[in-house]
Amino acid sequence: MSLSPFDLLLAVMLLLTAWRALVAPDPFRATVLFIVFGLLMALAWARLSAPDIALAEAAIGAGLTGALLLDAVGHLRAVRRQSSPPGGDKAREAAK
Amino acid sequence: MNRWASVAVALLCAVLALALAWAMWDLPPAPVALPAQVAGSLAISGVEHPVTAVLLNFRGYDTLLEVGVLLIALLGMLAAGATPERMTALPPDPVLEGLARLLAPLMVLVAGYLLWAGAFRPGGAFQAAAVLAAAGVLLRLAGPVTAWTRPGRVLRLALAAGFVVFLAVAVLGLAQGAMLEYPRAWAGSLILAVEAGLTVSLGLTLAGLFLAGPEIPRGGPRT
Amino acid sequence: MSLGLFYALVGGGLFALGLAGLILQPRLLGKILAFNILGSGAFLVLVGLAQRGGTPDPVPQAMVLTGIVVAVAATALALALTRRLADLSGAAVLPEDDARAPANPRGPDGD
Repeated sequence: MSLSPFDLLLAVMLLLTAWRALVAPDPFRATVLFIVFGLLMALAWARLSAPDIALAEAAIGAGLTGALLLDAVGHLRAVRRQSSPPGGDKAREAAK
Repeated sequence: MNRWASVAVALLCAVLALALAWAMWDLPPAPVALPAQVAGSLAISGVEHPVTAVLLNFRGYDTLLEVGVLLIALLGMLAAGATPERMTALPPDPVLEGLARLLAPLMVLVAGYLLWAGAFRPGGAFQAAAVLAAAGVLLRLAGPVTAWTRPGRVLRLALAAGFVVFLAVAVLGLAQGAMLEYPRAWAGSLILAVEAGLTVSLGLTLAGLFLAGPEIPRGGPRT
Repeated sequence: MSLGLFYALVGGGLFALGLAGLILQPRLLGKILAFNILGSGAFLVLVGLAQRGGTPDPVPQAMVLTGIVVAVAATALALALTRRLADLSGAAVLPEDDARAPANPRGPDGD
């Protein structure tokens, strides 16, 4: 199979979503971008004629990992809200 | 981290990417043609789908250890202990719960199909287990299934069953001469048995990665 | 350029991106994301390089299939430990990253 414009677009999207997921300041946004990245990976596997991996990536890489990450994001957010009163982060910054 | 250090790390990683690209570009063709070898031995593997043949027969050792790793990861999570739930209570949602109850049996059916299809087309124990795990996560989020703070005896047995069945089949091969060497006539049935065990155990283990957590507190008593 | 080699090159880029994220991200959650991206890049290299001749190769495909399952198990364990750490310390960052940043201007990669 030869290279098509779709592959170029997919490659750009993969690198872009990975980059945005890593630099996003908000953990929730980073996680959603990572789920998008996982679904794009499933497409890449399908292009590499690896349907087995595409199935597993869509179900596990994007689905299950996404659920785990979102659960953790919610938990960490709740911990931060409960353990530090408003301005707690600033106080910690000042202590450095 | 210091700003200059960050820039240095970013630059080094960019150099690494270029070096990797250069190495991959210059790599000579592989001296061994693995796809041809797999295709040549497919007839004696007991299944018709090459990926399943590699997973469960030619490189069964890797898969056996991988199942062990998964079990140990879940044990580690259970050993770390559940953290107290911090998120606010969700009100029970009858629509979501009804939908989950409707979808879960269908997902089990899909998992069964994927398991059966793995012998001759894309599919197999791993994908089937992933669908089972997704059903578990859905049921947990919708309400009917509660988190595992302390898995009971039946659940623990089911979690270990896949690994134990696989190990038993592997050791049976020792009688033939080598570990994980299936008798020709029985290869197909043995692989299906191992895959069935793996589907149940891997599905429960993967679901357990999500379920081995704290209780989601419910708003008010459920009726 | 064959399709396999192209995706292997993309995988190399993802690997480097993930590695940079793993080092530079202060938050543990970000490190776990970076670790997953790094792993996806490695998987793409593994399958892409083996298929640069054009024929699908079931051997690395099977390896990657197990790799994905191991990656999700490692992610779940890492997230469980992160939650535990956050519960005990109130923050999901490594204590070394917190303490070393001002004391050692070159950061963790300087030593």
